[in-house]
Amino acid sequence: MILADIKDKLGMSAIRINYQPVTSQNRVPLVQNGTVDIECGTTTNNVARAKDVGFANTLYVEEVRIAVKANSGITSISQLAGKKVATTTGTTSVQLLRKHEKANGVNFDEVFGKDHADSFLLLESGRADAFVMDGSILAGNIANSKNPKDYKIVGEVLSTEPIAIMVRKDDPEFKAAVNTAIAKIVANGKMPGLWNKWFLSPIPPKNIVVGLELSPATKNAWANLNDKPAEDYNKK
Amino acid sequence: MALDLGVFCKSTLDGEAVDHCFSSIFGLSQNADPSYLDWLMKAWGWTLAVAALGLAIALILGAVMGTLRTLPDNGRLSRVLIRLSTAWVELFRNIPVLVQVFLWYHVIPAFVLPLKALPSYWLVSIALGFFTSARIAEQVRAGIQSLPSGQRAAATALGLTTPQTYRYVILPMALRIVIPPLTSESMNVIKNSSVAFAVSVPELTLFAMQAQEETSHGVEIYLAVTALYALSAFAVNRVMALIEKRSRIPGFIAASNDASLAH
Repeated sequence: MILADIKDKLGMSAIRINYQPVTSQNRVPLVQNGTVDIECGTTTNNVARAKDVGFANTLYVEEVRIAVKANSGITSISQLAGKKVATTTGTTSVQLLRKHEKANGVNFDEVFGKDHADSFLLLESGRADAFVMDGSILAGNIANSKNPKDYKIVGEVLSTEPIAIMVRKDDPEFKAAVNTAIAKIVANGKMPGLWNKWFLSPIPPKNIVVGLELSPATKNAWANLNDKPAEDYNKK
Repeated sequence: MALDLGVFCKSTLDGEAVDHCFSSIFGLSQNADPSYLDWLMKAWGWTLAVAALGLAIALILGAVMGTLRTLPDNGRLSRVLIRLSTAWVELFRNIPVLVQVFLWYHVIPAFVLPLKALPSYWLVSIALGFFTSARIAEQVRAGIQSLPSGQRAAATALGLTTPQTYRYVILPMALRIVIPPLTSESMNVIKNSSVAFAVSVPELTLFAMQAQEETSHGVEIYLAVTALYALSAFAVNRVMALIEKRSRIPGFIAASNDASLAH
């Protein structure tokens, strides 16, 4: 939808979109060197990255939670002391767990999965007692698992991170165009409908429901469009 | 482009500079939080540990399996041993190393339950060791089969049994012949140890991926990790070169430079 708006703005009859899959490792360098013009994924907007790339207004506020087996009886991070906690290599959650250990004097036995599916497999097979990751990733993995009822997302919010679309750093017009398009979609009231379509109804390919409720933080981000980095959210 | 090597002196918790960068030397008590340099050194230690155990397993098993494949086919026991070692080599040679690591970590502990309690360090070293042992077995077999057939005949004429033939005549020469390929395999083990990141061993590759994400200074991090891998592999290379030089028997195996000792 955003690219359609940009096409209209530029007065082009057709705009060809080349889709380029990226990974957590290469997404920032690819936007930096111009291979990719606009990146739409689960990229957290933080100060370190904002030095290299630009971020459009935040569309989703992610909350880091804990996924556990429903029968484990774990309800909070304080119960994880000494237990095996899984998280994915190359994500911000690893540093988050380290900071939490230092701040609260607890010690987790960390296991690292090489990607989110691997980390969930560690929880599934019992090699880990908990999986700490962004709530939407937890919900997606649980929905896709063999027995979604066996798992629960529990615990307090460990960190709030704004997720935004990445664009080149020194291209204020492009960024402004993307933000205008976002503002238009929000003003049209389409966002709650989009949320229901992708998070609360059956989606392809397997027609399962992710079941993640709209959080107040995300609703707030739509009402007050901004591109504040993660550090501002966690300052309280 | 400018390289910011100061990133290694930043704390891993909050990205601020620490007082003493290399606190492993000066004592960790002087740094409240570990720096990326401390973490890099620990990761290097894990890489060397995985490679060392993997290489030990690979050398022992590989030499045994390679020798068994060359046994003379003259009895039920040797036929069984030849088939066993052939099966071993073919099994571990035909499966990619990362797949083998996952098999040992996820699949086999589901059937052999005691393995589930084993830390991932042991499982990945076993996987790496078995994979490399298949390659070393083939190299040892090539070394043994490159010896002239007269050696075995002479040993039999002297009245040596098969184990004695291997112990006193064949293996001393064959193992010296295959030191160059064994050097390559040892260096390969250092490099292949990077697959351990997939099963949560905190070694150099996992450090590189995580530190690059946290500091956004991918170039410096990867340069340091590359330098450490290259240094480790080169050190193994020099150790094997020393072994080759010290174990050389003058006059045997054409590598002698001294014309007066040539036959």
